[in-house]
Amino acid sequence: MADYKLIGKNYSTADLVAKVTGRAKYAEDFRADGMLFAKLLPSPMPHARVRSIDTSAAEAMPGVEVILTADELPPVDAPNEAGLTNEPVYEGEPILAVAAVDETTAADAIERIRVELEPLPFAVDPLESLRPGGPDARLDGNTMANSELTTIKWNDVDWAAIDRGEMPTDGPITDEWEVGDVEAGLAEADLVLDETVFHQSMGHQPLETRTAMAYWQNGKCYLYVSTQSTLRTHGPAARGIGIAPEDLVLVSEYCGGGFGSKIAGFVQMRLPALLSQKAGKPVMMRITRQEEHFIGRARPGLQGRVKIGYRSDGRITAMDMFFVQDGGPYGFSTDFMNAADQASLMYQPLSHRLRGLSVYTNTPPRSAQRAPGGLQAVSMIAPIMQKAANQLGIDPLELIRINAPAGQAKLGRPTNGEQGNVSSAFVREAADIGESTFDWQAMRARSGRRNGSKVTGIGVALSSFNAGAWGMDGLLTIRPDGKVYIHQGVGNLGTGSVFDTARAAMEALQTDWDQAEVIWGDTSKHLPWSTVQAGSTTTHAHTRANLAAGEDAKRKLLEIAAGALGGSPDDYDVADGRVFRRDYPRQGLGFAQAARRAIELGGRFDGHELPGDLNPVTVTAATALAGLGLMGVARDNYPLGGRVISHAIGFAEVEVDLETGAVVLKDYRVSTDVGTVINPRTLEAQLHGGAIQGFSAALGQKWTYDRRWGLQVSKRFYSNRPPTMLDVPHEEPMQWVAQDKPDPFSPMGAKGIGETAEGAGSGAVLCAIADALGEGYFNRTPVMTDMILTRIENLPPAFSNLAAHV
Amino acid sequence: MSDAERLDQQQADDQGYSRRSFIKGVIATGASVSAASYVLKNGAVVRAQAPGAVERLVTLSVNGLLRRVDVLPQETLATTLRYKLGLTGTKIGCDRSECGACTVLIDGVPHYGCSMLTHQVRGRAVQTIEGLEAADGTLHPVQQAVVDEQGFQCAFCMPGFVMNMVALVDENPNPTRKEAAHFLSGNLCRCADYNKILNVALRAAEYTRRG
Repeated sequence: MADYKLIGKNYSTADLVAKVTGRAKYAEDFRADGMLFAKLLPSPMPHARVRSIDTSAAEAMPGVEVILTADELPPVDAPNEAGLTNEPVYEGEPILAVAAVDETTAADAIERIRVELEPLPFAVDPLESLRPGGPDARLDGNTMANSELTTIKWNDVDWAAIDRGEMPTDGPITDEWEVGDVEAGLAEADLVLDETVFHQSMGHQPLETRTAMAYWQNGKCYLYVSTQSTLRTHGPAARGIGIAPEDLVLVSEYCGGGFGSKIAGFVQMRLPALLSQKAGKPVMMRITRQEEHFIGRARPGLQGRVKIGYRSDGRITAMDMFFVQDGGPYGFSTDFMNAADQASLMYQPLSHRLRGLSVYTNTPPRSAQRAPGGLQAVSMIAPIMQKAANQLGIDPLELIRINAPAGQAKLGRPTNGEQGNVSSAFVREAADIGESTFDWQAMRARSGRRNGSKVTGIGVALSSFNAGAWGMDGLLTIRPDGKVYIHQGVGNLGTGSVFDTARAAMEALQTDWDQAEVIWGDTSKHLPWSTVQAGSTTTHAHTRANLAAGEDAKRKLLEIAAGALGGSPDDYDVADGRVFRRDYPRQGLGFAQAARRAIELGGRFDGHELPGDLNPVTVTAATALAGLGLMGVARDNYPLGGRVISHAIGFAEVEVDLETGAVVLKDYRVSTDVGTVINPRTLEAQLHGGAIQGFSAALGQKWTYDRRWGLQVSKRFYSNRPPTMLDVPHEEPMQWVAQDKPDPFSPMGAKGIGETAEGAGSGAVLCAIADALGEGYFNRTPVMTDMILTRIENLPPAFSNLAAHV
Repeated sequence: MSDAERLDQQQADDQGYSRRSFIKGVIATGASVSAASYVLKNGAVVRAQAPGAVERLVTLSVNGLLRRVDVLPQETLATTLRYKLGLTGTKIGCDRSECGACTVLIDGVPHYGCSMLTHQVRGRAVQTIEGLEAADGTLHPVQQAVVDEQGFQCAFCMPGFVMNMVALVDENPNPTRKEAAHFLSGNLCRCADYNKILNVALRAAEYTRRG
């Protein structure tokens, strides 16, 4: 690894003191004079048509200022949502909004509004909608084929098999691809495992709900919102409100968690802006936990069948995947395709096929959730891999190695007959370093150990997911105060990447971090084009973009020094806040002097002339900053070696109590191929935090529906429970290790990790539970105590393995 | 007598709020539910028939300062802190005692601010995250430990965790990792940065022992 000054070193991010003193302002912490409070009227039914609305009693109440209905919103095209509706398609969907002088009055007003609803047929389980004559979640269809809404029914499939918990694979589908010959691959296999699998739907549950506050001043809207990506939320928010982007200032300095549910904000962020416009006063829309449960997005569940063929040496000859996706009522998620995409990478099957479709349901809307599809793939397939390892007599870690991607491995759906490839994969190396660091063989030796009624289980799982993007812009100015101001369009959602990636610019300048100021979180502060702060893209994309800006600034410093002090730029170097002669370091200019010189020179030195390939947003931002100092500005034009994917291998140890069915997570360790490590502590946070969200997918956070009425029973934390400290290993610190090999196609070689981390946790824990129960595979998430006890007692399962939300 | 003790002696057990008005207050700051729960008459519990029966202008001791504030009978402490006193460091994550983001200290004991009525804390000393830093900007050992360990991610849960940790190191300045986990388990972190949060707790305890 290269010898870096800042990269790979621990430090404390600049926002920590603000956070730990309570000064950090999240969306609900902003105030404006005369601020009103908004409340939403939620649909009590999963699918209904509004027949009439009578707001007279509410409007007569003192303190009620304005009411906003769906008819007043800028229109959106199906199957997208508007934020308010006259045809609610899920329980809790907002029908209208009220703004009043305080929240109590607004809540009282909501109670006094009479809404007459006509109930419509609803579906909470995709398979129910596919049944002949089954209900459709939307009036315009139950699925999307070739970007058109349509209705599909499985008239000729074996429904008795489905009722038994076996997924048939001959029903009509909408999406399909095949690489190689799967049937031939299965025929030549020495072992074929054929499993019906189920992955649950689950809410994102960020601790900060999707709150927003807005006011208008001189025709401009000011929106304070909880969002993942500041810059990339700006356009969607302006469109949602129906104004030009230049008429919107969007502020989001801190985001209390998103996990994919607030990538470009959220559809309801337009509501306080429109209420405020109507009332002529600021409006705070505080979303409660229960409202968040319904409007706060969720991961699509999958019901499917996976067939895998293995040679006796462990190599996978074929992988056949068939998925029905629980698509929620709006939009179109591609999780079921991502699952096959990632599976085709992780296990490198010699042939593979995906067949599937997404079915609309009257359950909370779906969106990308940390490793969308990737988590489902690992949770569903890792236990099958372990089963195969046992039947073939191969160490499960060795089975991962045998099938692991290496180098620029190929993956996914072919375009024009050609599959794409990744930029790098060091999975075998990650397996090796994990095996030695964590003493995998000693862990395995503990498998089956009894301690009273408890038995130990050991599991291992590989997870891979997207970890990069490119083509973004870096923008910084070195100003006459000698400081380097690094502008960041990405948001601050706790990953640290808004600061970590800025260090790439300081690395280029070989200058102390104390001399940097990161500017973020407010679109009036001139932010450059950035990633959506999702898909684990930020670390890769913005180390590149900020390095490009840093190198541009360095070139300009060298030129300025040569011009001022003589010689050629090559005679100079930059470090420690100075540009200086290589052969006589005492001769040089400090950043403050160089900044003044850049302003005098003007042109490209201070941003009055800009590179021609910048993204338009960056041109606007850089133009506003021109003349303030020496500008470093550049688009990321560094080479690429393919799709950027990171990898993690989770090692879990559990104890399952055979008398109570309780699962205790004793230990979790993770090794990773994440390219160059940028910040060890924020990497650790992603590896372990992501894994714990995976534990939650495997063991908790279960949705339960009253299927007769289509109403959700589990709508708060206590009934839909994310893990506490006591649910995860806590007696000893969890360990991690990184295979610190740079991605060869990126100048610093860094890759993202946030999403990859989750599947490693989920897959390893599911394998460990199966191991503890002696090949006790469930092929279903979450694994609940009642399922374990039923298995131990050899009782028939209480519900079909394909039943959703039970 | 401390400042807090010199405050209005009328205590929480005799404040005239009713279960009905409490529920209504929580609902107003919580979810909209069926109107039925609004009109239930809990006659036996009702002591006051009108909000005016409770003194609304009260004095609170918050972070060592006496603050006069106009409080509704059913108002929760988290709401008063955030919306009346400008102390937005205390976060509301769930409104209902499930997540701990609103944890504050009352006479040194951690409480969920979403589930305490403001009238219950008259005469008691309330401490929030804004009250930890010394006047000269020196951070409390727990705060310093957060900074030194790069603790927490999105940090929306951080104020609640930090207040609970202040109580932890006060009560037990030499906890094991397991003891710290048990003490802090009433706080949820959705980023699940539990491993580093426990590192913070042990570092904070170490700073406290050193003095």
